[in-house]
Amino acid sequence: MSNEIELIKDPGLPAHVHRRADTDPKAAARAERQVATLFILSALGAVLLIYSYLFIDEDIFFFIPVLGNTNAHQLGLGMGMAIALFCIGAGLIHWAKTLMPDEEVISQRHEFKSEEEDREDFVKTVKAGAAAAGLGRRPLIKRTLGAALGLSAITPVLLLGDLGPLPGNQLKTTSWKKGTRLVTDPGDRPLRPQDLEVGAVAQTLPAIAPGAHRSLNDIGKDAVLLIRLRPEEFNLDAERLSWTYEGIIAFSKICSHMGCAVALYEQQTKHLLCPCHQSTFDVTRAAKVIFGPSARPLPQLPITIDAEGYLVAQAPFNEPVGPSFWERST
Amino acid sequence: MTARERIAGNVAGYVDDRTGAAKWMKKNLTKVFPDHWSFLLGEICLYSFVILLLSGTFLTFWFDPSMREVVYEGSYAPLQGLEMSAAYASTLDISFEVRGGLLMRQIHHWAALIFMVGIVVHLMRVYFTGAFRKPRETNWVIGVGLLTLGIVEGFLGYSLPDDLLSGTGIRIAEAIIQALPVVGSYLAFFAFGGAFPGEAFIPRIYTVHVLLLPGIFLALITVHLMLVWYQKHTQFPGPGRTEKNVVGYPLMPVYMAKAGGFFFIVFGVTAFLGAVASINPIWLYGPYTPGQVSAGSQPDWYMGWLDGLVRMAPPIETVTFGYTISWNILIPGLILPGIMFTALALYPFIESWATGDKREHHLLDRPRNAPTRTAIGAMALTFTLVCLLNGGNDIIATTFDLTINQMMWFSRIGVIVLPPLAYVITKRLCLSLQRADRDLVLHGRETGRLVRMPSGEFVEIHEPISPEKAWLLTSHEQLAPLELADHDGGGVRRPGAIKNKIRNRISRSMATAVPKATQTERRELEEHH
Amino acid sequence: MKRLSRLRRHRATGPMLLIFALLTIGTTFQVASAVDAEQTTTIAARSAAIDEGREIFLKGCSSCHGLNAESGGIAPSLIGVGAASVDFQVGTGRMPMGDMSVQAMRKTPLYNPEEVYALAMYVASLAPGPEIPTEEMLNYERDGSTAEGGELFRTNCAMCHNFAAQGGALTQGKYAPTLMGVEPVHIYEALITGPQSMPVFSDKTITPEEKLSVIKWIKAAEAEPQLGGASLGRVGPVTEGLLVWTLGIGLLIGVAVWLAAKAR
Repeated sequence: MSNEIELIKDPGLPAHVHRRADTDPKAAARAERQVATLFILSALGAVLLIYSYLFIDEDIFFFIPVLGNTNAHQLGLGMGMAIALFCIGAGLIHWAKTLMPDEEVISQRHEFKSEEEDREDFVKTVKAGAAAAGLGRRPLIKRTLGAALGLSAITPVLLLGDLGPLPGNQLKTTSWKKGTRLVTDPGDRPLRPQDLEVGAVAQTLPAIAPGAHRSLNDIGKDAVLLIRLRPEEFNLDAERLSWTYEGIIAFSKICSHMGCAVALYEQQTKHLLCPCHQSTFDVTRAAKVIFGPSARPLPQLPITIDAEGYLVAQAPFNEPVGPSFWERST
Repeated sequence: MTARERIAGNVAGYVDDRTGAAKWMKKNLTKVFPDHWSFLLGEICLYSFVILLLSGTFLTFWFDPSMREVVYEGSYAPLQGLEMSAAYASTLDISFEVRGGLLMRQIHHWAALIFMVGIVVHLMRVYFTGAFRKPRETNWVIGVGLLTLGIVEGFLGYSLPDDLLSGTGIRIAEAIIQALPVVGSYLAFFAFGGAFPGEAFIPRIYTVHVLLLPGIFLALITVHLMLVWYQKHTQFPGPGRTEKNVVGYPLMPVYMAKAGGFFFIVFGVTAFLGAVASINPIWLYGPYTPGQVSAGSQPDWYMGWLDGLVRMAPPIETVTFGYTISWNILIPGLILPGIMFTALALYPFIESWATGDKREHHLLDRPRNAPTRTAIGAMALTFTLVCLLNGGNDIIATTFDLTINQMMWFSRIGVIVLPPLAYVITKRLCLSLQRADRDLVLHGRETGRLVRMPSGEFVEIHEPISPEKAWLLTSHEQLAPLELADHDGGGVRRPGAIKNKIRNRISRSMATAVPKATQTERRELEEHH
Repeated sequence: MKRLSRLRRHRATGPMLLIFALLTIGTTFQVASAVDAEQTTTIAARSAAIDEGREIFLKGCSSCHGLNAESGGIAPSLIGVGAASVDFQVGTGRMPMGDMSVQAMRKTPLYNPEEVYALAMYVASLAPGPEIPTEEMLNYERDGSTAEGGELFRTNCAMCHNFAAQGGALTQGKYAPTLMGVEPVHIYEALITGPQSMPVFSDKTITPEEKLSVIKWIKAAEAEPQLGGASLGRVGPVTEGLLVWTLGIGLLIGVAVWLAAKAR
């Protein structure tokens, strides 16, 4: 900017305007009363809290508009606490605003930068210190220290090695084997094809030995959704069609995107929707992805019936179920 | 001297004999704090952090961070007799067996949400007013660190009860870890102590949630506050306020009473929310099992935008040489957030590089006077908001009679189109506001009074604005764009010429402004009339 | 519960269940033959209802479903859908549909209960299908278990209807409706007939007793008071986030503005 242009000048801090409480003793007394009232309100809040804790039973409900049928104990405790705390705060602030001095104070800033001289002295000190240690002159010490520190830094990482086992093939396998029965979840009842009408679904898991415990790890891989359509509604290749049984098709319920349970089956459109990220799969086309972020169809479990007529797996899943991982190759 | 004064004097003397604290205290008790409501946003975070520590400690007395299976026999009838983890059962016990337990759980969760809202609003204040400029870049970086850790800490916190909703969240987190190239499945097995969900995860994240991260928080918050203290607070421009001074109230007693009072206000408001509004009703969600899921499974809001980003990702996954890379998870789950947070942390350095401004700044900018910065901020907020909306697209769809498919496509297109649009609109808006400021200073305020001139035309009377106002509207500095040479004297291209050219260009954009009104112009106008 | 599941896994459970089932079926037949006499008297009433139902059908339904309920091109065939389907669709006001939007909504029924019954009898007379469950079959208070119902609900229903039966979004604007305030009989009928987008839950995948448990749980969820304050719609964290960004931060900023404003 050229010197000829004159900028608008800083008029300086405006003159202090007195509050009513500064000049009028009545106003000051009123402010004092207001602050005291707030503190008394706070004390009443605390009393409400104590009363609610000791004397209001936890199973009393009463109706309040907006909130609905509310628990008296919980509301009494909470509102008591809220009033007790809020009014202390409001009182303090009101006190500070109306009765404590409100003249603004000016304090000066100083540059953070040290004097040039101090900076130079600092550099000198550091250099002198380094020279005294003699690191530069003794490369052997420098190198061995470096190696020792570097190796020591690895130890904590190494010591975390037992956090977990290596994955092995756990991500690639499930409990399904040839001939494993599909049983209802919950209930553990085996199913026959005639148990499912057209349009029916069933949440299933592999049968386990009586009395055996089903771990969440297994459910996380084994959950399967059975859906029955009219056989002519399928649009599958011969192999996939042979994996169905009389219109019953079985998919892994664990989303191929991020592992949520996909089980929103729309009977009319024959679509499966994952509620987490809204990947949509077309059941008639072997769970082909038709919308959303998932990149792969849900794995299909080949099914058939056993000698007693119950639905069983023809074979295990031919691909890993659930979300993708680096070593997944299909 | 009263007895009380004597005792106080003795105590103070005892401490000072051993520490020499009197000198430091004398100086700092009169430390000046400028007063503005937006300077209290950071305090909201600090106080809700204290509330989190207090209520969190209360919860640990009863919470059992274990995935051991137990049978629930507590008083909530719809879950009686079900198998569940000890973590879930003990959270139910806190809610229904411990008097005030549910209130404390709700206060803890509301405080966490307020903590995160506070951080974001505080960050927006610091960003849009340019408070991050030299010498406060370090504190900005610490702040971004606190934001990032806050998201992690919040996620771990609501994962602890091991209910159906949080288990679904952990499942998704596991999928993100698993999607990492090369090391993904190993890291996932290390984190979970084996296959998902295993029995190790809740106890492990418990330690991280109650010990490791709060420790880091305490350390970072301490440094953050010490820097604020040492560097003194920034202040808004105005009459009498300069780069060399701080105008405000002394710590003792005004600011102490106000700030102390505000702590109780924040606690009171949090307790109020905990009393009247249900949050994370885990008893309705049921215990976690991987075979179940609920419609409308969403994370808390500060993770919601990430979930929305994951939802809108295109379904891309590549398999090369038998190895899978899930771009549909990596890009929205790690790469984009990584870029965003890095850019956020580096912003002060980027801006100073682009403007070439290396001086200290203690006076804040009015957002309109830094149009490019404000526009970039609006762009980033728009991006995040579109993502956040998509994170709740199913709830929005059912509430407003839309379809999730429409919402998803709106977000997919909107996330690319809307941020640049927000940039352009905001920048123009800032420049129009600058123009309005200029007109106000030069021509005064419109009074609405019409006067008929002798010539017959009507003229509106303009009243000159006060000197204070005129100063406020013109006190800001207008930076000249950088003019780095891309040719040397002989017309030969210098090395780094392209870099300089780009830098000049960015700097020109940063310096876009309506020239501010000056006294000279005012005088000229007066002479005209 | 644990005892129950252990019992279920017992080796003798299968055969025992079979015997139990046979006994039950046997008894049912016995009871059925005992009320034979009573039934003959109602046969006349029933055929009267069928005639009345046909009248209503021809006036109100046939334009879409065809004169003989064989599907008129617009709407599906009703042959074999059974009385339960008609009672659900017409009894909840979904049918007649009114506007041809993505899906039929629950609304005030157009027909009174007698007319609904007549329509149901007419459609049931076309071909056998699921029947309307009797009141005796719907005694969920006696035969259901809330906790078991909750588990079944979370596995089979929550993914569409949400964890608290508040409803949720499906694809292309379809939605799973809220189950609050739905009659037990209609819940039961929906489970066995699979209306619109909803799949069928056969009696073998979810037994009648389990269906009653589900109903009992839904009724418990419906009656549950606000244990922690306003429910915010029981739709999860979205409304919680909305509240904290409005009321929560709004209150705090309000106080902050008051705090920083100069007193007069």
